[in-house]
Amino acid sequence: MEQTAAARMRPATASQQTGPRAETSQPRSSAAPAQVVFDVKDLSVSYGSHVALGGVDMQIHKGEITALIGPSGCGKSTYLRCFNRMNDLIPSARVQGSMTYHGEDLYARGVDPVVVRQRIGMVFQKPNPFPKSIYDNIAFGPKVNGMKVDLDEVVETSLRRAALWDEVRSKLSASAYGLSGGQQQRLCIARAIAVNPDVILMDEPCSSLDPIATARIEDLMRELQESYTIVIVTHNMQQAARVSDRTAFFTTEVGGETDDLRSGRLVEYDYTENIFKNPGDSRTEDYVTGRFG
Amino acid sequence: MAVATPQRSAERAAAAINQTAPSRSGGERAFAGVLFFATIIGVVVLAVLLIDILLDGLPRLNWQLLTSYGSRFPEQTGVLAGISGTFSLMALVGLMAFPLGLGAAVYLEEFAADNRFTRLMEANISNLAGVPSVVYGLLGLSIFVYVFQLGRSLLTGALTLSLLILPVIIVAARESMRAVPRAIRDGGLALGATRWQTVSRQVIPAALPGILTGTILGLSRAIGETAPLLVVGALIGQRASTAPWEVFDRFSALPIEIYGLIGRPQAGFRESAAPAAIIAMLVLLLLMNSVAILLRNRYARST
Amino acid sequence: MAAHAGGESLLRTVRPRRGEQAIVLTLKACGAISILTTVGIVAMLFAEAAPFFRQIDPRTFFLGTTWQPFGSDPNNFGVLPLINGTMLVTLVAMVVAVPLGLGAAMYLSDYASQRVRAVLKPTLEVLAGIPTIVLGLFALTFVTPVLRAVFGTDVQIFNAASAGIVMGIMIIPTIASVAEDSMTAVPSGLRESAYGLGSTRRQVVLKVVFPAALSGIVAAVLLGFGRAIGETMIVAIAAGNLPTITANPFSQIQTMTAYIVQAVGGETPRGTLSYQSIFAVGALLFLLTFTLNVAAQRFVRRFREVY
Ligand SMILES: Nc1ncnc2c1ncn2[C@@H]1O[C@H](COP(=O)(O)OP(=O)(O)OP(=O)(O)O)[C@@H](O)[C@H]1O
Ligand SMILES: [Mg+2]
Repeated sequence: MEQTAAARMRPATASQQTGPRAETSQPRSSAAPAQVVFDVKDLSVSYGSHVALGGVDMQIHKGEITALIGPSGCGKSTYLRCFNRMNDLIPSARVQGSMTYHGEDLYARGVDPVVVRQRIGMVFQKPNPFPKSIYDNIAFGPKVNGMKVDLDEVVETSLRRAALWDEVRSKLSASAYGLSGGQQQRLCIARAIAVNPDVILMDEPCSSLDPIATARIEDLMRELQESYTIVIVTHNMQQAARVSDRTAFFTTEVGGETDDLRSGRLVEYDYTENIFKNPGDSRTEDYVTGRFG
Repeated sequence: MAVATPQRSAERAAAAINQTAPSRSGGERAFAGVLFFATIIGVVVLAVLLIDILLDGLPRLNWQLLTSYGSRFPEQTGVLAGISGTFSLMALVGLMAFPLGLGAAVYLEEFAADNRFTRLMEANISNLAGVPSVVYGLLGLSIFVYVFQLGRSLLTGALTLSLLILPVIIVAARESMRAVPRAIRDGGLALGATRWQTVSRQVIPAALPGILTGTILGLSRAIGETAPLLVVGALIGQRASTAPWEVFDRFSALPIEIYGLIGRPQAGFRESAAPAAIIAMLVLLLLMNSVAILLRNRYARST
Repeated sequence: MAAHAGGESLLRTVRPRRGEQAIVLTLKACGAISILTTVGIVAMLFAEAAPFFRQIDPRTFFLGTTWQPFGSDPNNFGVLPLINGTMLVTLVAMVVAVPLGLGAAMYLSDYASQRVRAVLKPTLEVLAGIPTIVLGLFALTFVTPVLRAVFGTDVQIFNAASAGIVMGIMIIPTIASVAEDSMTAVPSGLRESAYGLGSTRRQVVLKVVFPAALSGIVAAVLLGFGRAIGETMIVAIAAGNLPTITANPFSQIQTMTAYIVQAVGGETPRGTLSYQSIFAVGALLFLLTFTLNVAAQRFVRRFREVY
């Protein structure tokens, strides 16, 4: 099933409309241009006949936190799922256009989605620990990936990096379901780290958490940024402003009355500072200042 | 078609009250009473049946009945051959039907594409659930006894019963796997696990209580099945116990022994030995169902 | 780890997962067993019954009124007495099970409180789980004496009525649960709009819920019908082994299923006409129940499409 998704992929048709790109404005601090991890060109995703997201062009840079913002239903999750080919699991989903990972076409024939997901981890909106012990939750990834490592050590380092170790060190064999929501989400982050990925995708990781738990996860993201490239979907403007290096703003273009004609678009992609202080598009300004419906 | 005009039928119902308004409450209560009676009558019959069996069978239910073979005398007869046969059958049926049923369920629920072959398989399973058990007996007689040359053996009986309860296990296993949240599968796959790794290490363990319960329910159905075993040639009044590994030997089973007792001319067999053996069989069924419930509860608590 | 390792692919499989492919194939094979079973049933019925019809004219089989299969007179292989017996018992069973099963369904879906349901539903399931051999003995040693006490000795020791009544009770849970499922699936908005118009509960149930759930109810009755036709041990024990054409439920009869059990009892050797006749009757039985099941599934599917 997963192989056919690659086969379904069509080469991008000549793009009529180029997504707005404003990356060239002003590098924030570092002098050397950051290495490109994902290069996305004219990417569209459709579910059946419904084009959920159209014509996205974007480059995601190594070691940065990239935030995806925009109103509900504009296709942020859909887009995020393209990066680790989770859309392959939705039978009606079709991905068109091109997306490369370190220069290699993610959707080329022969690319193994399982290998893709080993390198590109994901944390979901609702914490989804396995119904097993805390230890087993972390050990699962390294085990199935055939990593030749000391599991006890991996469990400890992953939990430490996810700032959860001190809270759970004494109850590693207890069920993960006994943890609080915030702890569960940090466990899911620890679980993702344990397979030693290159990129971590996060889909509204804090949406079901209280402010304190949210702050802890934000701290965690900034720490993880040193070793991982992070792409995060968030509805929280402050969060995007606080943690991300670059921000992409998506919106829904209404092409007609029915849902089928609504399709998500990338409006603006820039350094986070620019998006929030000096947006190039009035729609972005309306949205980040809260004047958007 | 029949439901095309629900709105209108609501109006019709409302129109109808205006005509029947006077005697409403009496009629209402009588109707509710009739419905309650319809529901409870099955329960009443069940109670009468159990009491009848207990009254007839309890005086005859003793150690001797459970530990001896058939006899010419109703007071001395026993159903050991049937008990050992039933236990052996259950062991073999469990061994065969559980993996097959689970495999089929996992395939249909987790791997099958939505195509014609899959739909054919699904339609098939629901049809098989409605095939009379005596027809499974004919299948066993023709295919296992003669084509595969297994004879009228324990193995033939076990194979026949396995096919018979496969739909029960498949349906139960699918249902409990469907109850495992999609987020668990996504979580596994997002960590770079393959589909089988995710299914075998996360989905199946999470669904196991339901799967086991379904299997035990299937097995308890198999315990009481008489007709298919008669057709494949279970031996009434066999004078030897059957061990699970004696797969090529003739066999009996508890319901077969009971059928034999019912058919004997002297009333003592039919009116006291048969009910006593039935009590033994019902206790066995009760035990299995309790195990199923216990298993489910225990598992639910530990995770 | 992130650096592109000079032209080498980061995303392709290091080695193909042959083990996983083999496992999926094995699982598929498990699923295919269900299809093999059906194919096996159809094939063996056809293969074993074919020689029968080479010796017995199908017209004799389907239209003949004498069933004496243990002799060798080819005129005595008329299946009508067995069909008559099956239908007579089934009729009695449906007369018992349809009103009671549908009544129970209405009660459980629209009258019973959550608590009462929680007790009654599992209890009815227990009834469905009682081995039919137990029900057969109950029919023979309890129901028949009761019938004889009420209707006198016109009631034969083995009779269609007693087997049919017990069979009907056995089928109540099947009909009740399928019908109840479809009645609970009727959107509550429909009920509320009828109550809003001032209908009583009885009117809502009979004139709104019942018609709205009709295809599910038809499916329930068809499934019950199929179970009654295929039921074996109750009739084998309590209805007798006398193939007759009669409309009298108090007389002894023989059903198709009971004939199969009776005929295999002597371990009829393969290749004889009696052996083949078992499969001819079995094929007819399979055809009948299969048709009923397919029809029932149609109705269930139609019901699901609506809601
Ligand atoms: N599995 C699916 N099948 C069909 N359509 C889908 C599916 N998932 C999403 N969609 C549609 O695609 C569009 C984008 O959905 P998506 O979940 O990507 O939005 P989102 O930006 O993540 O929204 P939110 O902020 O609410 O999470 C929506 O119109 C949605 O209805
Ligand atoms: Mg989303």
